[in-house]
Amino acid sequence: MKAFTALSLAILRGFYRDKASVFFAIVFPLMFLVLFGGIFSDQSQSKVDLIEVGTVSLVDEMPADARAAFDQTFEVTHTDDLRAALEEVRKGDADVAIEADGDTIVAHYTQTDQVKAAITQGALQAFVDGTNVALTGQPPRYTLDPQRVEDDSLDTIQFVTPGLLGWAVAMSASFGAAATLQGWRQSKLLRRLQLAPVSTRTVVAARVVVTVAIALVQMAIFLGLGAAAFGLTLTGAWWAAIPLLVVGTLCFMSVGLLAGAVAKTTEGAVNMANFFVLPMAFLSGSFFPLEGSPAWLRTVSSLLPLRHLNDGMLDVMVRGEGPSAVLAPMGILAGFAIVITLLSARLFQRDSTD
Amino acid sequence: MGAIEVRGLAMSYGDLVAVDDVTFEVAEGEFFGILGPNGAGKTTILEMIEGLRKPDAGVVTVLGERVWPRNPALLPRIGVQLQASSFFERLTAREQIHTFAALYDVSGARADGWLERVGLVDKASTRVGDLSGGQAQRLSIACALVHDPELVFLDEPTAALDPQARRNLWDLLSAIADAGRTVVLTTHYMDEAEVLCDRVAIMDHGRVLELDSPAALVRGLDAATRITLTPGQLTADEAVGVEGVVDATDGPDGLVLTTRSPGRVLARLAEDDHLDGVRVQTGTLEDVFLDLTGREYRA
Repeated sequence: MKAFTALSLAILRGFYRDKASVFFAIVFPLMFLVLFGGIFSDQSQSKVDLIEVGTVSLVDEMPADARAAFDQTFEVTHTDDLRAALEEVRKGDADVAIEADGDTIVAHYTQTDQVKAAITQGALQAFVDGTNVALTGQPPRYTLDPQRVEDDSLDTIQFVTPGLLGWAVAMSASFGAAATLQGWRQSKLLRRLQLAPVSTRTVVAARVVVTVAIALVQMAIFLGLGAAAFGLTLTGAWWAAIPLLVVGTLCFMSVGLLAGAVAKTTEGAVNMANFFVLPMAFLSGSFFPLEGSPAWLRTVSSLLPLRHLNDGMLDVMVRGEGPSAVLAPMGILAGFAIVITLLSARLFQRDSTD
Repeated sequence: MGAIEVRGLAMSYGDLVAVDDVTFEVAEGEFFGILGPNGAGKTTILEMIEGLRKPDAGVVTVLGERVWPRNPALLPRIGVQLQASSFFERLTAREQIHTFAALYDVSGARADGWLERVGLVDKASTRVGDLSGGQAQRLSIACALVHDPELVFLDEPTAALDPQARRNLWDLLSAIADAGRTVVLTTHYMDEAEVLCDRVAIMDHGRVLELDSPAALVRGLDAATRITLTPGQLTADEAVGVEGVVDATDGPDGLVLTTRSPGRVLARLAEDDHLDGVRVQTGTLEDVFLDLTGREYRA
């Protein structure tokens, strides 16, 4: 126990005194969280800049409640100079210029932003249709009641936090294992420990416990900052993400062992771990959701351990699923961990007999 | 009973014979040196003695116990210094030795005592990466000795040190050996082996070529003695006439006489009063080493 405590402490100190490790484990992923959570969080489109040229009675004589809805979508400015208005649209300073030609509303729009162009046309058409219906004096027969299937609070931050946390844990677990294995081999500390009366199990346990502790700290920081600053709301059995994260940490330690066994230097080992993890993060939905991606990409991503870690965490943290949702991902991650560890041990042994 | 007994030890990697039928014994309390050029098999032998490698053939007994397979009962009785950088990264000197102390279940107070013995108290809070080469080596040796082992292995402890740091370390190593410990040292430095070791084994190509005390090895070499006189004492022609002088040449520091009977030649030079500023160089362990292992450069 004394040896285990001393080793854990030594490894922990080695971690938090290494600015690069701390940066890549915590600060770097947090930068992405701030980026996604803070900057892209408002996914609703910004208002459409509309220039009203001359007098357009449809807009000016709209009933108050319709006008309020109109102002939600459009930022209206007035001008009498059509040419200047068109120039503004062309330059992208405005999205659309409307003028009245008798009962026809002419909308001059730009296709530069296709989404906005579609919204502009759709919204204008809706107001024209709505006004036409109102003018008939008949109550409309059909009404639309849009209802979102997700929780109301499902913002970008909800999707992004579990994915980025998965990436952060994958990075710190794999980098830590890779650097320890290769660094200790280089410095012969591994040999030195073999000659001390301490079992391999104790050494491995110390490294695992420190890495798992770091992962849990990462989780606390991510969830804490997400909730405090960006309105992250945890749903379902979010605590089930803890055992999932522990197994995920073991899995990515094995990825780091593989990198450490293959590489020849400590820097090489960390770079190799990054080479495994970063593309995996992209393909596993850490940075963007995979729902809209092509089928082959989703097939590839289902072969990657990080995908299962991310999915499991999304399920219990924001999709409101029960604790049983993490069982399958945990099994898959444990399977990856065992296979990759055995492979690394083989490669490492072969390499050590030279 | 010897501290280490090695019988018929052999090890090869594929076609390369690293250790070839090596037999020797190290007595308890002895300071034993293993010398040899790079690739001579020193490290492989040490690893087999330490129980890190399984020999292809032969038997190793350390402190009366078998070493292979890994013998946990033996580990607390031996100390190992591998190289100066075998440390936990980013720990201070004090944290470092305390960690090793904990691995051997030794108290922190004893670890601090070792820090003091190797003169690192004022560097206790310095991280290992910021220690000088000599300080790192002293810490490394202290970490190897923290559990007060009966037998210590030191692998090139003075490599890459400046002359002051080397001599400082020699004092420390002598003190370690004086405490009754058995010390096994590998080194490239002949002067170091000559000063520290009771006996040395000179190795090459996986074999022990010679094994004796440094003085006996030098005597056995039967090397010529060089006597250098200050300029103006004698001419080369006069010197060759002195009985026992084999050769005489003018060098930058004066006339250099080569002889195999230095006693007689020196007595004669003393009679003629030519000894002011004389320098006498006898064979060294380095001559023995080069004589045995050859002079060609090896990478």
